[in-house]
Amino acid sequence: MYKAANAGHVGCSLSVAEIITFVRFNWMHDNDEIILSKGHAAASIYSMLAEEGILSEEDIKTFYKNNTFLAAHPPVNKIKRVPFATGSLGHGLSIAAGLGLAQKLKKTDKKVFCITSDGEINEGSTWEAALFIAHHNLKNVVWLVDRNKLQGFGRTEDVMKLEPLDKKLEAFGFNVIIADGHNFISLEEAKNKALKSDIPTAIICNTTKGRSWKLYEGKLDSHYLPMKDDHYDVILAEVEIDYNSQISKL
Amino acid sequence: MRVEFADSMIKFADSHPQMVFITGDLGYMALEKVQQKLGEKFINAGVAEQNMVTVGAALAHEGFIPWLYSISPFVTLRPYEQIRNDACLHDLPVKLVGNGGGYGYGIMGATHHNIEDIGALRLLPNMRVYVPFTASDVEQSIEQMLADPHPNYLRLNQGAKIKYEVAPFTQWRKIKSGTKGTVVGTGPVVENICNLDVAADLEIWVVSIFPINGVPAGLMESINATQKLITIEEHSGECGLRETLSYHIMNHLHGPVKMLALSANGYPSGKYGDQKFHQAENNLGGEGLKQQLESFL
Repeated sequence: MYKAANAGHVGCSLSVAEIITFVRFNWMHDNDEIILSKGHAAASIYSMLAEEGILSEEDIKTFYKNNTFLAAHPPVNKIKRVPFATGSLGHGLSIAAGLGLAQKLKKTDKKVFCITSDGEINEGSTWEAALFIAHHNLKNVVWLVDRNKLQGFGRTEDVMKLEPLDKKLEAFGFNVIIADGHNFISLEEAKNKALKSDIPTAIICNTTKGRSWKLYEGKLDSHYLPMKDDHYDVILAEVEIDYNSQISKL
Repeated sequence: MRVEFADSMIKFADSHPQMVFITGDLGYMALEKVQQKLGEKFINAGVAEQNMVTVGAALAHEGFIPWLYSISPFVTLRPYEQIRNDACLHDLPVKLVGNGGGYGYGIMGATHHNIEDIGALRLLPNMRVYVPFTASDVEQSIEQMLADPHPNYLRLNQGAKIKYEVAPFTQWRKIKSGTKGTVVGTGPVVENICNLDVAADLEIWVVSIFPINGVPAGLMESINATQKLITIEEHSGECGLRETLSYHIMNHLHGPVKMLALSANGYPSGKYGDQKFHQAENNLGGEGLKQQLESFL
């Protein structure tokens, strides 16, 4: 998608690809909600929707083009399973809080999965939402942090220190689990721990921005630069190796 | 209007079980009965208005009608992007309630005033702003907001007390007829003109829902007949009634019309006082208003 669109934000989607894949196809039920708070990784959720059959291959081809529903950030009210447009950081966890509260009031067993970036934890509203979720014990909300340690213009620990993130989230009242966000076995273990929790869960998913894009893996460039032709082939090969390696261990 | 607001919440709670009330940690000595009535559907979201608005939008997405309450600037300007992105862009029935619009919080100072709220909110997509004039407008406006499937903002203040009979709440109301000039105002501040002797022969209209999408024929007739238009609002004229009304009458004027625009211009003296003090130093009340009108007419 990014290659066809000649668009940036490739690294942001590669960072979160396994997390979304795992949550959608190995954890959440059809009625559950998934909120991609880091809307700049929109291609990851569009790919998920294509896999589900909600978006067609033709839809996917329109990504980033004029007259498309598939904007660079998830749009308003146009796509099933995207209840809210995201892209302005720091909204998603509050959306999840509200959806979680609604389910609690309606006494349903629906879950809400919210994937945030780590950079957007700078936003005060993220902490407001964290306080709210913990206070109301919205254990139907699962918060997954894509902890790739890079944000818009620097490393998270250089821009505005987040560590010790696990202790901070614990102090806010979360059941904190640390996982390898690129490893399905690690994510499965995190899921099993989350299911046993009586309080809301936050999973810090350690990831690498631009995962599989060896030239820019772990670099800020992967946030902004579009792929060149030769990069594309390398990435595809890397993803395939990675995928096969994981599948063989499952 | 806070008492009428709380009474209305209680009154409509049974007929609208989808109502949820969320306060931004305000309501002492005012909302206790609402809390009692709504039980688990009354939530104190703490001093965290950004989260409160988005939580409200998500509740609305799930079929609830959330009423989000705070002092006016805290529920409008602080979470402005949340209102735009999460409530308005998605056209969800989130009901914002701001107590003390204008200079309503008087001596509490500039941080607690709101003279930009109507302008800031009326330009957001799908948003409708409700500005009750009298205390009895409050229940009627809430009833209309409950039936309005769009995001709304309710601007509460001290209800106007005037000697004229006021029609039931609607967007445009003619308060009285007159031939010397035409007054169009919004909110309880209009009472300051209604109660002056100089108003005896003025035609007075109140507009209570924004945005406006046109002007009643009777009002245009009056403006064209008197050729003197006075607007009054406890709000900035920029982006306020002054500007939006000017635009909507422009293509319907039969000839030149003189205009006196009375609006809130902040803090001319840099000093603080009660609501009447701030109205007076902005020529929205007291001697200043009287002199402006006499000089204009």
